[in-house]
Amino acid sequence: MISKDEVKKVAYLSRISLKEDEVDRFTEQFNNILDYMNKLNQLDVKGIDPAFHVVEFNNVFRDDKVKASLILNEALKNAPKKEGAFFKVPRIIK
Amino acid sequence: MEFESVIGLEVHAQLSTKTKIFCSCSTEFGDSPNTHTCPVCLGMPGVLPVLNKEVVEFALRFGIAAHSKISKFSRFARKNYFYPDLPKGYQVSQYELPIVEGGFIEIDLPEGKKKIGLVRAHMEEDAGKLIHQRDVSFVDFNRAGVPLLEIVSEPDLRTPEEAGEYLRKIRTLVRYLKISNGNMEEGSMRCDANVSVREKAEEKLGTKVEIKNINSFKHVEKALVYEIRRQIALVQNGGQIVQETRLWDEKENITRSMRSKEEAYEYRYFPEPDLVPLLIDEKWAERVKTDMPELADEKEKRFVKDYKLSPEKASIFTESNELADYFENICKAFHGYKQIANWMLSEFLAYLNKEGKEIGDVDMKPRQVAELLKLVDEGTISGKIAKSVFAEMWETNKSAGDIVQKKGLVQIKDENKITEIVCRVVEENPDVVDKYKKGKKNVMGFLAGQVMKYTKGKANPQLVNKILLEKLR
Ligand SMILES: [Zn+2]
Repeated sequence: MISKDEVKKVAYLSRISLKEDEVDRFTEQFNNILDYMNKLNQLDVKGIDPAFHVVEFNNVFRDDKVKASLILNEALKNAPKKEGAFFKVPRIIK
Repeated sequence: MEFESVIGLEVHAQLSTKTKIFCSCSTEFGDSPNTHTCPVCLGMPGVLPVLNKEVVEFALRFGIAAHSKISKFSRFARKNYFYPDLPKGYQVSQYELPIVEGGFIEIDLPEGKKKIGLVRAHMEEDAGKLIHQRDVSFVDFNRAGVPLLEIVSEPDLRTPEEAGEYLRKIRTLVRYLKISNGNMEEGSMRCDANVSVREKAEEKLGTKVEIKNINSFKHVEKALVYEIRRQIALVQNGGQIVQETRLWDEKENITRSMRSKEEAYEYRYFPEPDLVPLLIDEKWAERVKTDMPELADEKEKRFVKDYKLSPEKASIFTESNELADYFENICKAFHGYKQIANWMLSEFLAYLNKEGKEIGDVDMKPRQVAELLKLVDEGTISGKIAKSVFAEMWETNKSAGDIVQKKGLVQIKDENKITEIVCRVVEENPDVVDKYKKGKKNVMGFLAGQVMKYTKGKANPQLVNKILLEKLR
């Protein structure tokens, strides 16, 4: 069982602020999802490796060759705040 | 009560690939901010990272050199946390299946060699750089996505000195392997330390504290000395050590608790769905092993054998591959290995240290040093003159032969000529000669010095002494 506090904690770690009624709603939904997962857990999967990808690709590489980067204006284009050549954020260090 | 400290280090070595780990942006250091960025390293939605093969090669090189187990199957994971230098809100790292596991680094201690075990080494991406101002921070993402190799040691280190030696060994190793420049001062090698203390007889580990923010080589040992003292004092006064992260403050020379309201990070690692697994077969690992350059320890042994150096000297010359090559190239042009070793230690390295230069910054070629030492060996110039010739070579990069020719520094070995000057000095200093005859033998040095003065240091010192002794008899 997931508690309301756990939902609040997950929300905090994800930097999402939730209203009290949203906490209730998500707590219920989280638990529904986990119940479903628990059903899957009852399957016997002994000897079967977990799948992390649906396609069986391995070893996809790039060569170590430099390609053009974005020009500065393009790079900064989507930034909510910028100054000069920099992205600008609120100061977070104490 | 006697205490001992238990130290484990996490070293982050920036890998010296040309491009970032998951995109083709350049890793060049020092370019103008945010000019090495693209949708991948800026964390734009919908992009796909692709692994740089060279990063895998470099990690394998390290793993094989450190006698580690190379994982046949490894993968990447997301480490989730929020910080403005991390554009995606997670760092792509490796978690439960790192590429390199186990192994060891052998360090040299006064009491002998000691093996420091490794837990693992894994590949990950670096974050961007923050520049803090009064109430805002500026972000430069040029470094975001630069490949790192995180090398985690077992808690096998017992003193700050051992930790320092371990770090130096790692630096030498990554430089020999040509996978990182290992420069802590420039931030291309960084180190976090886990430290705890316990009573000497105790087997159980004490509560560990993590020290972050140690930015230079000389501060690693300082930070550890401080933290160990702090912990011992705390325990002795009946206090309890709190498991926490502390920051090294290099201005105050103390560690400070990093008390933030945020609880211990919960990184919620999970396999990175955007990257496919990494399979390394025997053939690949074998090929990397075959291409492995001669490493410092082997080279040191070979120098002892081939050039008859003491292990101490051999270890100085093999500290960097470049210096070792330089030394060997002199040895190819001149076979007086002992003279070369002594000259390198007393003159060459002293100049290098004095000017804070690296061997790569020196214009003088190994054969030029060989030429100078040959002139001494043949008796063309004295050792003393050689020092001033060397000083000029260092400044002007002229050849030793040219300098000696132009300045007329060729050693005087003509006995008649030296006898003439000795007679003059004896005549000019009757009272000194008198003292000598009354038994003050040490005035001999003064008289020889006078001869040297008249010859501008060019007289053969053995001849001067011999002739002086004859005249004073
Ligand atoms: Zn990029």
